[in-house]
Amino acid sequence: MKISFQHIHKRFGKVHANNDINLIIPSGTIQGILGENGAGKSTLMKILTGYYQADSGDILLDDQVVKIASPEDAVSQGIGMLHQDPLDFPPMRVIDNFLLGSRGGLFPKRSEVEKEIIRLSKEFDFQISPDTFVETMTVGERQQLEILRLLWLGVKVLILDEPTTGISANQREKLFATLVKLADAGLTVIFVSHKLEEVEQLCSRVAVFRQGEVVGEVTPPYDTDQFVYMMFGKSVEVGDKKTFCTEKSIIKLKNIGLEDYRLHLGDINLEIFQGEVIGLAGMEGSGQRLFLRMLTGLLRPVAGKISLAGEDFTGKTYPAFQKAGVAYLPAARLEEGLIPGMTLTEHFILSEEHDELFVDQKSAVDLTEARIRDFYIKGTPVSMIEQLSGGNQQRALLALLRRKLNLILMEHPTRGLDIESAIWIWSKMKERCRDCSSVVFTSSDLDEIIQYSDRILVFFGGLVSKPIDANTTTVDELGQLIGGKGW
Amino acid sequence: MSVEQGFGRASRLTAKSAWTNFGIRFSAILLALLFTSLILVIAKANPFEAYKSIIHGAFGSTIKFTSVVASWVPLVIATSGLLFTFTAGLWNIGMEGQIIMGSVFAVGAFRFLDDIVIAPVLVIILAYIAGAVGGIFWASLPGLMKIYGGVNEIFGGLGLNFVAKTVAIWLIFGPWKRPGVASGSGTEWIDIKYRLPYLEGTNLSLVILIIAVIIAVLTAIMLKGTHFGLRLKAIGKNDKAAYILGIPTTRYFLLAFGICGLFAGIAGAILVTSKQYSLIPDAGFGYGFLGLLVAMLVNYHPIWSSIVAVFFAALSIGNTELQYMGLNSYFAGVLQGFLVLFVVLVDGIRKQLVKKR
Repeated sequence: MKISFQHIHKRFGKVHANNDINLIIPSGTIQGILGENGAGKSTLMKILTGYYQADSGDILLDDQVVKIASPEDAVSQGIGMLHQDPLDFPPMRVIDNFLLGSRGGLFPKRSEVEKEIIRLSKEFDFQISPDTFVETMTVGERQQLEILRLLWLGVKVLILDEPTTGISANQREKLFATLVKLADAGLTVIFVSHKLEEVEQLCSRVAVFRQGEVVGEVTPPYDTDQFVYMMFGKSVEVGDKKTFCTEKSIIKLKNIGLEDYRLHLGDINLEIFQGEVIGLAGMEGSGQRLFLRMLTGLLRPVAGKISLAGEDFTGKTYPAFQKAGVAYLPAARLEEGLIPGMTLTEHFILSEEHDELFVDQKSAVDLTEARIRDFYIKGTPVSMIEQLSGGNQQRALLALLRRKLNLILMEHPTRGLDIESAIWIWSKMKERCRDCSSVVFTSSDLDEIIQYSDRILVFFGGLVSKPIDANTTTVDELGQLIGGKGW
Repeated sequence: MSVEQGFGRASRLTAKSAWTNFGIRFSAILLALLFTSLILVIAKANPFEAYKSIIHGAFGSTIKFTSVVASWVPLVIATSGLLFTFTAGLWNIGMEGQIIMGSVFAVGAFRFLDDIVIAPVLVIILAYIAGAVGGIFWASLPGLMKIYGGVNEIFGGLGLNFVAKTVAIWLIFGPWKRPGVASGSGTEWIDIKYRLPYLEGTNLSLVILIIAVIIAVLTAIMLKGTHFGLRLKAIGKNDKAAYILGIPTTRYFLLAFGICGLFAGIAGAILVTSKQYSLIPDAGFGYGFLGLLVAMLVNYHPIWSSIVAVFFAALSIGNTELQYMGLNSYFAGVLQGFLVLFVVLVDGIRKQLVKKR
């Protein structure tokens, strides 16, 4: 199906989120939509899928002007969207998720749907069985499920909004292969992303968005520098790699064993040095999170000894670790890191230690204003934290860190952020390393892990690799280990 | 959605929100009055007459008005306590039982100390302390059950309400029964020297009014101006993140329950020394539940809760007048119920609308 946008405008208050968008997407192509967070990509996609109505302008499907009233309406007109967060029902089976989204009589035709699922899943080389419970599936598998479901509903246009967030490299390759297959079969695929390399690898044409406008359309061969320039209106430099004060060790792990209800990690020995950055690689759910939470004291190891700065910390809880200069930046920012419903100022008051009874509003606002400046947070002291964009929430989390820290633990520190924010966040981390703080982080982006780590641990099915030197390893070598080869 | 969009909407919301909020609450009150009137019409009564008689019953004379104030006192104390637990994100349904336990301990103190301590003032003070201990004790139970047993505080509180009432009934018919025959109307009255005197020509003791005002003011200051209040709010909004930020959540949960229980216990002691003078099965008089309504109605705002508590107290005193119209005096409960329902409903609809925009 061919899609044309003609003079689409959408305003939110003073902000012109979509300013005269004109774009034609031919059928059977993979169209990349590239731009940093807040460039207007998602707004346009939400207009196309009926979540928003454009203030003015037309959408044409196969040269017919159409009105898309709601997401449901969009699906019935053949437009389906794969959201960043899967919209499924985890406690139910795959087949129930299919049945829920379909129109049917009182008694759904279970066996027919079951056959369809098996057929589609074979066609695209997915391993999805109709009877699996969704909650036991990985994010990548749930994505496959959602694609299957949309295809089953008969969509001709598939929109993917940052689909590689939170899935492993393997699953990404599989997803890309599927998308190519779909495009070959005549579907129109719209791939929304801020990740240059993905767009370059996958898309047959790319539209670059900046500040609500389409600033250019590009076809291969692509030039990365040109993309960066178009996205930001300037060129961006990746910081260089240096290590600092690495002679003294800060953490010693001896024969550590970790466990949750489905995973057991045994016999981890590691020494983390001051100023060092350690990257944790592996498929989502291979134990990286357990490892990180053990280092914060939030998870008690079932065996072994932890010492922190020469002191035995085995069995101590998070407050003790925190007091000893350990900070934790969780991946689920709004669930574990920040407090929706509270302002930036309130967060800064909470993050500092106070002995006095009354809150000094004046100095708190001053401090907040200073931090907003220092950390380039787009917001005001009275902004509610949930109103900030993901990148600004991450900056706020960093700004909340106390001055002097021994160890900073981060989960997916740049997930969902644009390149500029990601580079900035790592430059802040490197500053911390210069002050002899160590950093341990998880990421599903192997390039990020190789780029910023000194040493890398790979997690696979309860196994933890020996530390790997980031200077000598390659994406391929890590990819093999993550996929379970070469152990 | 972009950062700037987020802000555009946010600033518009904050600028308008005070008035919008007021408008929303006001429309909810109008709706509640409308529906109550409807029911009055169905009951073949003139709504205006009914409202007039409630107002007359509440403010028609000094006695009536001071009765309203005397009823405001335990209500505002209960609500203040609940503001602490609500701020911490806890539903202390067990408030009623905590007030009952306050009364039980206070009456117990009077019975125990009557022969031992001579100075009545000292006995009264000790009885208030005993009431406070009882309230804290009873409130810490759902807190401990939640933290160490994983029991939702709503279920814990609900269960403990029944237990508290049963304890009161057991005492009334058992160990503390009146000489001769036990009676459901309560234990023997405390000696006249322990009853707080009323102001001349009124139904109000000045002491309890002062206690209530101090508690209400203290609550507002604690919740709105201190680090303690801010941390409590953080826990209420997201206890996981609050813990990661370095707030000892368990301690604050218990503190919230403790403060709530302290106020409940004081309310219980007040009811014993200025209203009932004995232990009755319904020693809480429903103030624990009414406090929940008030707190919800004002969206957990301390100053507004003191004001709305006046309204609820006036309703509960004024409705006795309805009997003269041939209506049941419980009728005020209908209005109270509708009020809370509509405030919650209208607020929910508003949130839906904001989301869609």
